[in-house]
Amino acid sequence: MSDQFPEPSFGVEHDSSGGSSLVTGHSSLELPGGSHVTAVHDPFHGDLLEVSMGPHHPSTHGVFRMMVTLDGETIVKLKPVFGYLHRNHEKLGENTTYLSSMPYTDRLDYLNSMTNNWAYALAVEKLAGQPVPERAEYLRVILAELTRLLNHTCLAGFLLQDTGASGTPLMYAFREREKILDLFESLSGSRMMCNYQRFGGCRVDATPEWLAAATQLTDGYNEFLDEYEALITGNEILMARTQDVGVLKPDLAVSAGITGPMLRASGVNYDLRKVDGYGIYPRFEFRIPLGDHGDTYDRYMIRVLEMRESIKILRQALRAIPAGPILDPKAKIRGFRPKPGEAYGRIEGPKGEIGFYLISDGSPNPYRYRVRPPSFINLTILEDMCLGQTIADAVIILGSVDIVLGEVDR
Amino acid sequence: MFIRVHLWLTKMLGSGLIQGLAVTAKNLVGSFHDPLRFTTLEYPEQQPKLPENYRNFPFLVTENAGDPMGTLRCVACQICEKECPPQCIYIEKSKDKKPDATGRMQIYPAVFDIDTSVCMSCQICVEVCPFDAIKMDQVFEIATTDRFSALLLRREQLAKPNEYYHSIHPTEATEVDARLAAERKVAEEKAKAAAAAKATAPKPAANAAVAGLAEAGRPGPATPATKPIPAPTPPQPASSNPAQPPAAPSAEAENSPPAAA
Amino acid sequence: MSVALSACVATSASEWNVRVAIAAKHLLAAAAESRLERLPITARDFFTQWLPDPWRWLVNSLIGIVAIVVVFASLFAVLTLVERKVLGRVQNRPGPNRTGLPFLPFTEGRMFGLGQPLADGIKMLTKEDIVPRAADQVLHFLAPVALLAFSILTFAVIPFGRNLVPLALDAGVLYFFAAGAATELAVFMAGWASRNKYSLLAAMRALAQLISYELPLLLSIVPVVMLAGSLSTGGIVEAQGGWKWGFVPHWHVLTPWGFAAFIIFFISSLAESNRSPFDLPEAESELIAGHLTEYSGFKYALFFMAEYFGMCALSGMGVTLFLGGWQAPCPFLEIIPSYVWFTVKLLTLLLGFIWIRATFPRLRIDQLTRLAWKFLVPLALFNIGVAAFWSRTHDWAGPLQLARWAIALVLVVAPFVLIGRKLSAGIAPRTYRYAT
Repeated sequence: MSDQFPEPSFGVEHDSSGGSSLVTGHSSLELPGGSHVTAVHDPFHGDLLEVSMGPHHPSTHGVFRMMVTLDGETIVKLKPVFGYLHRNHEKLGENTTYLSSMPYTDRLDYLNSMTNNWAYALAVEKLAGQPVPERAEYLRVILAELTRLLNHTCLAGFLLQDTGASGTPLMYAFREREKILDLFESLSGSRMMCNYQRFGGCRVDATPEWLAAATQLTDGYNEFLDEYEALITGNEILMARTQDVGVLKPDLAVSAGITGPMLRASGVNYDLRKVDGYGIYPRFEFRIPLGDHGDTYDRYMIRVLEMRESIKILRQALRAIPAGPILDPKAKIRGFRPKPGEAYGRIEGPKGEIGFYLISDGSPNPYRYRVRPPSFINLTILEDMCLGQTIADAVIILGSVDIVLGEVDR
Repeated sequence: MFIRVHLWLTKMLGSGLIQGLAVTAKNLVGSFHDPLRFTTLEYPEQQPKLPENYRNFPFLVTENAGDPMGTLRCVACQICEKECPPQCIYIEKSKDKKPDATGRMQIYPAVFDIDTSVCMSCQICVEVCPFDAIKMDQVFEIATTDRFSALLLRREQLAKPNEYYHSIHPTEATEVDARLAAERKVAEEKAKAAAAAKATAPKPAANAAVAGLAEAGRPGPATPATKPIPAPTPPQPASSNPAQPPAAPSAEAENSPPAAA
Repeated sequence: MSVALSACVATSASEWNVRVAIAAKHLLAAAAESRLERLPITARDFFTQWLPDPWRWLVNSLIGIVAIVVVFASLFAVLTLVERKVLGRVQNRPGPNRTGLPFLPFTEGRMFGLGQPLADGIKMLTKEDIVPRAADQVLHFLAPVALLAFSILTFAVIPFGRNLVPLALDAGVLYFFAAGAATELAVFMAGWASRNKYSLLAAMRALAQLISYELPLLLSIVPVVMLAGSLSTGGIVEAQGGWKWGFVPHWHVLTPWGFAAFIIFFISSLAESNRSPFDLPEAESELIAGHLTEYSGFKYALFFMAEYFGMCALSGMGVTLFLGGWQAPCPFLEIIPSYVWFTVKLLTLLLGFIWIRATFPRLRIDQLTRLAWKFLVPLALFNIGVAAFWSRTHDWAGPLQLARWAIALVLVVAPFVLIGRKLSAGIAPRTYRYAT
């Protein structure tokens, strides 16, 4: 399809500061929905159209802005603008104790609070040399895989909503999500802002009833995935809209620092659960699905396949979880002062590699607190994926990158 | 032959679409008789069933519902104020001491304010309280039309009796009561033993006994507030030190809610 | 109808068939004269029979027009609610169920959401009607008016019941599609009047979609006209009369070519009324604003009313051409009046529209037009050939009937599969490998 449109021209001389100096005729037009349209006159290619998909928009997954320059319907330049949700997370971390930063990590990638918590707890445990008891490790794995199910279900729903499926797949996805969120609520007290991991283990123990409920949910999840795939995967319209759209080549992905399902959909075998083997992941048997084309359809299908692998891990973990303490006896809740040093703790979060880099100077607050947000880094490659596509495809490609603005902007 | 035709048909353009239509039809018909396919809770006619661990905003536990301000478990140690991440708690210690529920003379909080427009329900105050004095409430229908003063909860609004705590967190409350009762018993026994020793021993030993009494009278430090771990942690004097000077009270809790919002 | 009956008798000379045909004829005659069936006519005559001749005809026509407008405008209102509730039920939720009239007793103001269309209407009416200063005022005003007028005009030739066709034209089908095509002009008027380059571009895109799908729409009904031998809608309904073996009706959809034609007609009417999966012009996640951006308030509501009228009209025409119009599926069900049957079939088709909307994502504009030109048009042309074969072999009897059906089925399915394969050349479900 893209061969019907002219090649995007990279050597075009136009003002990179938004084109305001080359505007002819109508300069700027405000459209309903916050979008902004500007005509940019380019002597070689006729009129280029600079459209700003404004911060409020039904399809941009948060307050996110894309300045798109169009030649007819093809995208020739795309500049993502974000920062609308910046909340000074890293600076706050320098002024708060280690424990008090834990609830703030919930709010980074607000859909996956358990994995954010784990990544931060891992970094602090590395910094302080804090061991973790066995049952806590199992609980962490169970909750992380449940979070992965949550996240990928949410993405599947939203991607299909963006293609225009009037909400049906979204509602099915959220129906299942609610079951997992109910589990989280009965364990940690809150559906999304769990504040659950501690340095040296977990905060609350899981009762046998909770584990039974989790097992029941895991057993029913494959059935839901089968029904969902029957609705979506063979759907010719979806395949036509997502195959060969937004192709990401593996070498470009690796050099841009992309991680997570996006990288694996491009065919690169890199999953921190296998590479680092953090926690007790080496004990579980699961496979890593890889894509061949790197397009949106691959990114979507890899996530569905990863969901099935997560169910496998969950079954194994729920069967094998031992009894025991969930918090190391030497763990300190208050007055925690790790020795001076630095540590980088990272896990394979549902969106990619989420890492925390901490420098301690012996005081109760970290000297430097840095988050490696996977959504932010995955977003840097958006322009390369969208060049040559139409604007309708840009929305779908953005959906398949799977960003959460809380993490992008921190 | 039939299987080959069937496979051939399923590869036809449109087979995926028909499958999708079948799933949608199943959900449409199922929504009339299967509760799993009709998951809406018609609020407010139907109320959600909250799990026991559900948390919303904190409240202060009082032992005796008849005298809430006199029987608060809180001794104004200000640990929660220090540990609260967004610093939404403002405490002022009292100048005098009043007898608490067990009869000992205790400092009490003259002012205890929580700014609910700042509180993020993270529950760290509950975790670090050594006295099981602050717990998480479950009321979520708290919308109000007054944006400033109604969102600042004062001591009187925060104090709720132990029976209420039992009604919302039964397992936790029972465990807390059992632990407090056990500790009180241990303290009583020690006091009796110390009194008996004092009656028969000379003065210096009595001083040591009094010091030991003061030490034992303080309940154990922060243990995970909800589910118990098998062995209770030994007291860690370095971590729970109520005698530390309180941190500078955050000015925002008292008189500038707009700045805090 | 006698043609159909004699065809019934001719296909099989057994005694039983003849008896059934005669019984059916009596039943039909009884049904045609029944009180319930004639109710609309007797009601109308009750009011107008005392009028002198030219006035009577005028008032009768006016009553017909008013009845159509009232019925279909209420159907539009109810349809918006039904659509939202069906969409909700498909998505495991109830849809609107709280809007009601607070002053009604015993309802606690809820009324199962039946007040929703009223609330939406009042909301639309009370919105400020903003017209841009640079816009062409006359065209801006006329566009929704023209759209609605042409949509209502198309209802004139649809036979809603046995004697309930407002205008019995000899070339009714031609008139219907001519009026339907005129609605596309109004879409362009809307885009042009806004004096907004981007609205104009979007209007042209919407127009491209509409024009592309006119062709399969018209080509799919050529076989129907061919086999029925008449362009008049009444004649086409009559041609589908009678029952084979006493209970299988002669509807066009129950023949191979008719089924294919019906599918093509259905897909094209989805596109003609801008319904999902072809609702690109009104999609909210589409960026370049649609042709309706400069409309607000009730004019916006009129565009959607026209869309629903188009949906109803096309469904009505589909019922007439393919589903046997106002006829019952079996002879003994003829006691139910004809207009009830028409309504049931119409509502079934409308439910099909809603069902499809609930399930499928949207197509992009180039995929949409490719579907029309490269898939539906060739299939429709092939279908004309198949229908010609069918009509030529109408006197094959006995085992040759099976041969006729088999050949027709192959001739319908084969191009579908072959062209379908070519169209979906690059896209297919994939299998994935796992890391070792």
